[in-house]
Amino acid sequence: MIRELRPAAFLVLLLTLLTGVVVPLAMTGLATAVFPFQARGSLVAQDGKIIGSALIGQNFTTARYFHPRPSATTEPDPKDPSKTVPVPYSADNSGGSNLAPTAKALIDRVKADLATAGAAPVPADAVTSSGSGLDPEISPANAARQVARVAAARNLPMATVSGLLAAHTRMPTLGFFGEKRVNVLELNRALDEVRAP
Amino acid sequence: MTISGWAEIALALALILLAAWPVGYHIARVVEGERTFLHPLLAPLERGLYAAAGVDPGRGMGWQSYAAALLLLNALHFLMLYAMLRLQWFLPLNPDHLAGMSPRLAFNTAMSFVTNTNWQAYSGETTLSPGSQMWGLTSHMFVSAGTGIAAAVAVSRAFARGGMETLGNFWADLTRIVLYVLLPIAIVAGLALVALGVPQTLATHADATTLEGAQQSISMGPVALMEAIKELGTNGGGYFNANSAHPFENPNAWSNLLETLLVFLIPIGLTFTFGRIVGDQRQGYALLAVIGIFVVTAIAFTYAAEAHANPLLTTLGVDPAQGNLEGKEIRFGIPLSVLFNVITTATSCGAVNAMLDSFMPLGGMVPMFLVQLGEIVPGGVGSGLYGLLVFALLAVFVAGLMVGRTPEYLGKKIQAKEVKLAMLAVLILPFSILGGTALSLVLPQATVSLGNAGPHGLSEMLYAYSSATGNNGSAFAGLSADTPWLDTTLGIAMLLGRYAFLVPVLALAGSLAAKVKVPASGGTFPTHGPLFVGLLVGVIMIMGGLQFMPALSLGPLAEHFVLFAGKIY
Repeated sequence: MIRELRPAAFLVLLLTLLTGVVVPLAMTGLATAVFPFQARGSLVAQDGKIIGSALIGQNFTTARYFHPRPSATTEPDPKDPSKTVPVPYSADNSGGSNLAPTAKALIDRVKADLATAGAAPVPADAVTSSGSGLDPEISPANAARQVARVAAARNLPMATVSGLLAAHTRMPTLGFFGEKRVNVLELNRALDEVRAP
Repeated sequence: MTISGWAEIALALALILLAAWPVGYHIARVVEGERTFLHPLLAPLERGLYAAAGVDPGRGMGWQSYAAALLLLNALHFLMLYAMLRLQWFLPLNPDHLAGMSPRLAFNTAMSFVTNTNWQAYSGETTLSPGSQMWGLTSHMFVSAGTGIAAAVAVSRAFARGGMETLGNFWADLTRIVLYVLLPIAIVAGLALVALGVPQTLATHADATTLEGAQQSISMGPVALMEAIKELGTNGGGYFNANSAHPFENPNAWSNLLETLLVFLIPIGLTFTFGRIVGDQRQGYALLAVIGIFVVTAIAFTYAAEAHANPLLTTLGVDPAQGNLEGKEIRFGIPLSVLFNVITTATSCGAVNAMLDSFMPLGGMVPMFLVQLGEIVPGGVGSGLYGLLVFALLAVFVAGLMVGRTPEYLGKKIQAKEVKLAMLAVLILPFSILGGTALSLVLPQATVSLGNAGPHGLSEMLYAYSSATGNNGSAFAGLSADTPWLDTTLGIAMLLGRYAFLVPVLALAGSLAAKVKVPASGGTFPTHGPLFVGLLVGVIMIMGGLQFMPALSLGPLAEHFVLFAGKIY
């Protein structure tokens, strides 16, 4: 045991230095040099101000924008820090609802969301929260149901909004790899660039 | 289930097999001290580490010395991480001035990372600084993975030749695996992940003003390297609370494919390493076939469960076409969520890209069962292989009982001592999993942590002790895990699951190494054919799985029936 003490102590220290300090720092330098956009969080700027990350969902509530999925993220309650309050798309505290399929809380939440979701059948992603609470994307079916609302709120023809949606719908690679999806922030930015006719 | 969904799964499994094959041979060359293409670059570093630490790589160690060296290094590493987590406030690279962890949470977290479990009772982005994530957690991911692989290599050597007194040198095994296997793959994969969108920065967050004028603080950090070794070392501890469901850990279907591949790379590769070390490649293929049967069955079962939408939501008017989508991300859909979570529970990785707590009852049962089998098909890096070998010994023992012959495995006679040691290791699992769950379910200080009621509550608690004992680290995350009771007892479960299993297995290896190698004869039961594969599958199910059936009936199975009867809690 005693004769192994020196190798144990030195290897713990040296391997920590190598794998916990030298390599991560070198990796950070290299990544920032080669892929600066991705390494810094794929941040999107508009008029010189950061408006979000291309990969992170953000909350939209007004009729003028496409809405993301429900989000189960929370923040500490300002009145009582030992409790939390729901804050959708809180990007510094990721997490899902973790509600069981048999949870009354899940059924009640979905019922409440369905009340404003229009005629059945409603696409599942419009009323289910994601694992991260930060899902940047929705399904094309979910987006298509929002076209009329967005077009009306912006005084745009339906065809213009549907055209934008089609242009920003991403398909599976080679027809099978990945899912059909729409990045909500990207689509909403494109909407803002359309001038009213 | 869809054809394109199965095509995605088939593509990933095919790529895994293709990639694991050369990696397995590379590991065999590295641990035997042969030169590889990486030696011109890294050999001076290896020699430097030996010189500084006073290691003679040629000095063989008996099983006692090997186990003592391994435990000593792990003990020191545990103490160092505990200190780092407690003293976080005083350490550099902590721009948000985050406080140190409480003693119980630091104990739980340090135990979690030294045992390769990566159970997360804390929330990464709100609790830990970039510094702690780097030299605390990331470095542990390399060393705990290296420890597991070293132990598996030592056990494999016991079958290679007859009359051996030593199992190899632990310091050399560990150093070589970290330098020549884990570091190079993690660096290349980490850079690829950055290219796909995973951040690697020392900034802790960016402040954004959204299009609607709201403020959004976006957490980030040195994620990519940690993500790579988290999957490669089957560690599983995420930078963020949401783990690989977080878009910064796993931004798209391609990063998901790469991460899935990394998780299986070494556990599958080690079956090739094993074949090469024992000098009979067919022995490795037989183990691979057993693993394949379990993994493909598990994927099919879980996929069928999750592709089915929650019937309670369908009744309310939700379109069932997208399957059970609560807790899942759009970019992965059902097939890639199922694939990822089955692969990270078939190994002891425990990363998740969808929330297991919201899986359908039977969909969540499969990952839990894979963990309860003891993380052996294929299990964690290293720990899975030696676990599977224990079951292989039990399988030849059972076969020997049936036909009345002395059982042998790879020319080594399996006698009373070996079977006792194997059972000693295997019995730790039900003791810790079922014992811990049963105790917690009657104690109010434990049940207060449950996030869901009814049979699902039982599943949450059962999953926690399964995950900790199996050193998996995933969770039915509705459970509030940072309480005095759970931090302490789950920490102990991780300790038992790792070392109370490993030490008897090293003793077993020491005993086998010393035996003469009996040449195969007409009476030898071949351990590479379909008959052995079928026998081993059966022994794993009966000796490793059956004991958990009563508990699973009270949790996920009961929930399945009440769900389809329309009952909610």
